Amino acid sequence: MGLSTEQIPITDTPFEIAGRTLRSRLILGTGGFARLETLAEAIRATRAELVTIALRRIDPSARGSLVDVLEDCGVELLPNTAGCYTARDAVVTARLAREAFATDWIKLEVIGDERTLLPDAPELLLAAEELVADGFIVLPYTNDDPILARRLEDVGCAAVMPLGSPIGSGMGIRNPYNLSLIVERAGVPVILDAGVGTASDAALAMELGCDGVLCASAIARAQDPVAMAHAIRAAVEAGRLARGAGRIPRRLHAEASSPEAGMADLTPPAE
Amino acid sequence: MIVLNGEPRERDGATIAELLADLGVEQRARGVAVAVNGEIVPRAHWPSHRVDAGDRVEALSAMQGG
Repeated sequence: MGLSTEQIPITDTPFEIAGRTLRSRLILGTGGFARLETLAEAIRATRAELVTIALRRIDPSARGSLVDVLEDCGVELLPNTAGCYTARDAVVTARLAREAFATDWIKLEVIGDERTLLPDAPELLLAAEELVADGFIVLPYTNDDPILARRLEDVGCAAVMPLGSPIGSGMGIRNPYNLSLIVERAGVPVILDAGVGTASDAALAMELGCDGVLCASAIARAQDPVAMAHAIRAAVEAGRLARGAGRIPRRLHAEASSPEAGMADLTPPAE
Repeated sequence: MIVLNGEPRERDGATIAELLADLGVEQRARGVAVAVNGEIVPRAHWPSHRVDAGDRVEALSAMQGG
């Protein structure tokens, strides 16, 4: 796979969260991979530096150690609070994750119902405030609501992670205008989280000005997860480059790209 | 009787380290955390913290997740 920003002579500002520079703008969710070997290959293909994990009851029959595999890949862990419905549960889960993984970073999820898995805004904000006060680097999974994003930033979140569409839906970015409004106002990194179905969704997120993309299902559940991992990495890089390059304005009518002046006169002679 | 990860067990008075051993987890295992009745028990206390009848113990580890 040839495309890579390392080979493109364009300087970009570093991707920084809470003062830490990340070399990849793609964060990989580890959920949904059928085999740990495939997960490891996908991590290498994405070149992700940060990967999410969940905390669940110990399964004595589990084969292979996820933590060992991730350590071999050289990635940093971003534990999540997936499955929590209240601020209290999310805060305790975050503290358990800090104990388990020795990291202050937390992907904060507080969801409202199991049908949509959409964030519960009041609980999310409460949990964010409490975790920030407790010294966590909080990366909240949030609605594509510019006001809520601002409130999360105001309480001290290190980034905001608006959804494109519901988790695992693969519906892409349903409201690009809201995402643009979030990007326009944000003083912290904006990372598209949830909804990516294929590479073009990730490229669009970056073209809209997101600083990064978090992607799990689109890669893990693709027919060929490793090939999709390459595709989405390339799309994130392409979208970032396009954002920096500046797209042309949209217009209703055509604008010729060849000059109108200097056209040959090809009229046949009069009979 | 205590409840370990949702299952009742006759382990009153056991330490957290002993309960983890029941689950096949060593004291030094990475990516493991324990809560008793919703309160975190730090790793350093696993060998000494004993559970009482009625305690709800949650022993958690890393799982794949988005």
